[in-house]
Order: sequence, then C-alpha cells, then structure tokens
Amino acid sequence: MDILNEMTLTFSSKSMNENFARAAVSAFLLPLDPTITELADVKTAVSEAVTNAIIHGYEYGEGTITLGAKIYSNGRVVIRIRDKGKGIEDIKQAMEPLFSTVGGERAGLGFAVMQSFMDDLRVTSRKGGGTTVTMEKYIIRRSRAVQSDEND
Amino acid sequence: MLVKTVFDSGELTALLSGDIDHHTARTMRLVIDGDIERYRPESLLLDFRRVRFMDSSGIGLIMGRCRLMQLCGGRVRLENIPPTLERLIALSGVRSLTDEGR
Ligand SMILES: Nc1ncnc2c1ncn2[C@@H]1O[C@H](COP(=O)(O)OP(=O)(O)O)[C@@H](O)[C@H]1O
Ligand SMILES: [Mg+2]
Repeated sequence: MDILNEMTLTFSSKSMNENFARAAVSAFLLPLDPTITELADVKTAVSEAVTNAIIHGYEYGEGTITLGAKIYSNGRVVIRIRDKGKGIEDIKQAMEPLFSTVGGERAGLGFAVMQSFMDDLRVTSRKGGGTTVTMEKYIIRRSRAVQSDEND
Repeated sequence: MLVKTVFDSGELTALLSGDIDHHTARTMRLVIDGDIERYRPESLLLDFRRVRFMDSSGIGLIMGRCRLMQLCGGRVRLENIPPTLERLIALSGVRSLTDEGR
C-alpha cells in the first residue's frame, strides 16, 4: 500500500510537549478530514503514549521522544512513539487496565485507552533500552486532499 | 485560567477549562485540593463544560479527588461532560466513585 504522507518529530521529554504532540498529529491528519470522534481518539491515544514516555520512560528526567506518523492510501494511519528510557519489564502486566507502577494520581488506564481508541496497538520494550508504541487506525478518507501528487 | 472555583452553601464548584492532560491536571489538582483544605466542602462539583480534551490523567484527577473527598466524608459530582469525553468516562468506570454511582 502506498504511503501518501509521513512525518517524524523529535522533542524533549517535557510535559508541555503532550499538548504539542497532540496538536502536531491533529494538524498532520487534518487533510484526511477525520470526524471529531476520530480525531479525539487519536489525540487521546497519542497523549497517553507521550505522557508515558515522559513520566515512566524518563521518570520526569531529560530525554528525547520521537513521534512518527504515516498515512497510507487506503486510509490506514500508523503512529509510532518511541523513547529511550528505562523500558518496561513486564509488558503484559503493564497493559492490564488499572495497572500502574506509580499509583497516586495515575489511573493505570493509558494502555487501555490506546487499545480501545485505536484499531491496533503494539508495544515493544527492553529493560534499560526504551519503549516503542505503535498504533494504527483507519480513517476513511472523505476528502481527496491527500491524493498522491501525480494524480493532481 | 485552567480552573475557577466557587464555594457556596457547603459545595465547592470547580469549573475546569481547556485540555486536561498530565501537564495541566497537576495545576488543577493543586488549586482544587487547596480549596478543599480551606473550605472543607461537603461536596465537590467538577464542571466539565469548558473542557475540550481529556486523557486518562483527567480520570486520575477525578479518582484522586473522590478519594480525598471520601476521607472527609464528602462526595463528588460530575457535571456537563461533553459528548466527546463520554467514552473515556465510561471506559474508566469512574462514575461508580461519584455521587451518581452510589
Ligand atoms: N514508555 C514507558 N516506559 C516505561 N514504562 C512504561 C512506559 N509506558 C508505560 N509504562 C509502564 O506501564 C504502566 C501502565 O501504563 P498506563 O496504562 O499508561 O498507566 P499509568 O500511566 O496511569 O501508570 C505504567 O505504570 C508504567 O509502569
Ligand atoms: Mg499512562
């Protein structure tokens, strides 16, 4: 399947960038003319993954987060969020709803939200080597604004 | 202004605005908890009418305030949840901790 558009962003692990990441992904997907619900779903999932990188991956410390997004010609959108932080020891346990290693103000619902708001979620992680979250969603194209350039 | 609070007749109302994420939830929590400490309200009303976005940090914010209000024998009410936030609220089951859920 052809890639119609792709982008990669790198930013610091600062909590103000949670908003930046959501805004950037929204702007990138806008030519697909997503519904309000589709856009809210993707923004929420991105916010969860970026927040996790900041508070769990880098434990509020300095680090770099990479956000990549690809739009395929069949409306498939793939978003990848990667940190080089501390990694996850037990991914299966981490993904269980309400599980949090932090507790307190954390609801333990980040992965549950990513799972239910996106069509697909994959997590790879290595202890000490960082975490990569890959999410997919089909956004059926209503506009033709993202046609490949040759078709103009 | 992320949160505006009003205390009246034993109820503390917190009008939340904008995006609730991990970054903004922290400020909201500090303001609300400060006022709970000051006024010792019987109930806390969280008004979401001006919230445009929320992720699970907002759920954490609600859950944490429910716990705090429970400690002082009070309760929490949620009002004006925008349609776009309904699914997150439902998924979290947080309503069972609030007034409605009892
Ligand atoms: N990027 C990450 N790096 C390291 N650990 C992570 C990362 N993302 C998630 N985790 C672990 O998975 C757990 C569950 O994550 P999540 O479902 O988002 O809940 P919460 O963030 O509320 O703790 C976290 O408490 C943390 O231990
Ligand atoms: Mg999380």
